[in-house]
Amino acid sequence: MTTPNLVYERPEAFTEMPTHYCPGCTHGVAHRLVAEVLEEMKIIDRTIGVAPVGCAVFAYNYFDTDFVEAPHGRAPAMATGIKRVLPDRVVFTYQGDGDLASIGMGEIVHAAARGENITVIFINNANFGMTGGQMAPTTLPGMKTTSSPNGRDVETQGYPIKVSEMLSTLEGVGYCVRRSLHDPKNIRLAKKAIRTAFETQVRGLGFSMVELLSTCPTNWGITPVNSLKFVEEHMVPAYPLGDYKISDAIKQIKI
Amino acid sequence: MPKELWKGNEAIAEAAVRAGLEAYFGYPITPQTEILEYLSRRLPELGRAFVQAESELGAINMVYGAACAGVRVMSSSSSPGVSLMMEGLSYIAGTEIPAVLVNVMRGGPGLGNIAPAQADYNQAVRGGGHGDYPRIVLAPASVQEAIDLMALSFDLAEKYRMITMMILDGSVGQMMEPAEMPAMQEVHRKNFEWATNGAMNRERRILSSIYLNPLDEEQTNLRLLRRWQEVQNNEVRYKEYFLDDAEIIVIGFGTAGRVALSAVREARALGIKVGLFRPITVSPFPFEALSQLTGQARAFLVTEMNMGQMLDDVLLAVRGRVPVEFYGRPGGVVPFHDEILDEIQRIHTAPIASPLGTTVHTNPRESWLTRMTQRA
Amino acid sequence: MQKEIIIAGFGGQGVLFGGQVLAYAAMDTGKDVTWIPSYGPEMRGGTANCTVVIADHEIGSPLVKNPPLAIALNLPSFDKYEETLAPGGTLIVNQSMVDRPAKRSDIHAIFVPCNEIAEEIGDKKLMNMVAMGALLSALPEVTLKDVEKALEGHLPARHKHLLPKNYEALKRGFESAQKEWDKVPA
Repeated sequence: MTTPNLVYERPEAFTEMPTHYCPGCTHGVAHRLVAEVLEEMKIIDRTIGVAPVGCAVFAYNYFDTDFVEAPHGRAPAMATGIKRVLPDRVVFTYQGDGDLASIGMGEIVHAAARGENITVIFINNANFGMTGGQMAPTTLPGMKTTSSPNGRDVETQGYPIKVSEMLSTLEGVGYCVRRSLHDPKNIRLAKKAIRTAFETQVRGLGFSMVELLSTCPTNWGITPVNSLKFVEEHMVPAYPLGDYKISDAIKQIKI
Repeated sequence: MPKELWKGNEAIAEAAVRAGLEAYFGYPITPQTEILEYLSRRLPELGRAFVQAESELGAINMVYGAACAGVRVMSSSSSPGVSLMMEGLSYIAGTEIPAVLVNVMRGGPGLGNIAPAQADYNQAVRGGGHGDYPRIVLAPASVQEAIDLMALSFDLAEKYRMITMMILDGSVGQMMEPAEMPAMQEVHRKNFEWATNGAMNRERRILSSIYLNPLDEEQTNLRLLRRWQEVQNNEVRYKEYFLDDAEIIVIGFGTAGRVALSAVREARALGIKVGLFRPITVSPFPFEALSQLTGQARAFLVTEMNMGQMLDDVLLAVRGRVPVEFYGRPGGVVPFHDEILDEIQRIHTAPIASPLGTTVHTNPRESWLTRMTQRA
Repeated sequence: MQKEIIIAGFGGQGVLFGGQVLAYAAMDTGKDVTWIPSYGPEMRGGTANCTVVIADHEIGSPLVKNPPLAIALNLPSFDKYEETLAPGGTLIVNQSMVDRPAKRSDIHAIFVPCNEIAEEIGDKKLMNMVAMGALLSALPEVTLKDVEKALEGHLPARHKHLLPKNYEALKRGFESAQKEWDKVPA
């Protein structure tokens, strides 16, 4: 029921289930952006989501679409299986950085290389959230986690993986951008990118991914407000925002 | 339809196509690669899905996805590749959806070799993946049987919402035999009440293997077990040869079973009352049929291309009522029928049951190992 | 009735195809048959062999330890299968590729110069068909006519023009072996 003064309501693509995410975590924002896009594009009833293992493991509880729950890291493979037999449906995965960039690196790279016509929402919060804040492939150099208690030492623990930069080198990728969720302006830009990613899929223009820099106040051990600042001051410099690949056909899409 | 000469692997692929296979996801590995190669040509020409995955992990999870969509889907691999797929199989089992996997087994453990073996019996029958789940396992011994069981695999998987595995050793995959292909079945999606294929004006569906509340997971486990009881009651299959008056009964599946058939024939020609029992479903295992045979048998001889895996199931069926002997060739060695004939003659001429009817119980695996060691 | 035949030689000598032709011929005349190749590392560059079993009942083992019949197209195969051939068995030996007589006296070693005959016909690749023809001299269950029909029925269309020469190779091999048999004391 819309009223003239309504400025905010639950998107149609959401269920009534309250999310389990920690206060100040931007998963909720990312979920909402996806839900709004599904609603605006009127594709809710032909969308199938693929949930990861990680904090978003229960994503299937929140989106009012068909959903499957993948083994850790395998969401792009499952999405491939679904999309190949149901090419007229919209298939998206929603994965964190442990799921996508660590255990699932093989699956994501090859799904992108094949140009699978799926959409990937990639949450980069620089740690393994669900298991309590261990080091992820995306953890910043020097950043303390429960498995890098002295700070990530690049000499022994390697360097962060820049997934968007890496995937953008693949021919099969149609749309690959990095956005951030640390302030309203960037959230608006993120939503536009998510919309473009799904538009890419419904037009059959190849693999699409939106990487979203996100907060993890609980595991970072700082307040929600400081988490947003951390993203702006530390993550954005390490993971520059921008359009890493937009194919010519996708540039023509007007939203 | 007239018989044609079919290579096992290609016959399996074509039989799957004719059974309505809509999607195949696989990765090359000897000795099953012909299945992948055949379908890479055949499925696209029919407008169906084929993807050569980045790994067996990728392949089985693509199968998982397509199975969630409710279509007939399969993968195939060989032993090391099937090990990689165990994660996906466990998830598929936990999600209670149908999927078909063919394992053309080779010598192991580890990289092993590419020669025919039956060493993945326990992995297939006992589980392999984590968690407590039953699965149907079919073991063809010939190209024709592989063709016939391929269609059955899909039917059983769908009927019981369960994984059906077909295990065969590399020699059945590589062998050519005259065989008759069934007619082409039309693909028709069954619109399963559980499939996540896009809500389209119905209640949305979720498919997962997660039950965070242990009580829910317990109920799920029990549901799987009840469904398994139905499978056990309805789906046991085996083939019997010369059993009417048999006093020695040889038991073997797949190639070991058919090699034993040659040995049994020759032993019969020598006047030995011996027969062959060849399980076709190794899961569900024909416990009851074997149990009944203990009434007539003086001894059982289990023969396998491994160190005695099905042997344990036979021992469970026999429960000490009749002596059980074992002869195996592990590591990728296919026994010649002469070897099994020797075993039959050994059992025939050196009675291992005492005259008072109290059987002498030796550990069949240990005594086999002793004989193997002595021979070497 | 059951007969087991091993056909062995170098990769590229048409060993596997020769066995398949025999399998087709057996199948087309209503028999059960199995054809199984050696597969594995030895496929590459080494010796290749296949085992064909022909029977009028359900075939058990597709492999055999001591075959009654074998074709050895090269010396390594001659060495190997002369040893394992069943007593009284027949070994068709490609005389063009071996430089020694048979060691065993309890088998029939039938020497046929397969390469030379094939070259006389005008295609050295027909060497395997010469050997197959020779084999038929010891395998009455399958006739020359059966194999000719099998070739006609199963040779890919693009190779159909080669049929007359294949038939000739089979016939020449059969006749050459027949002459050797005539020398065997009754």
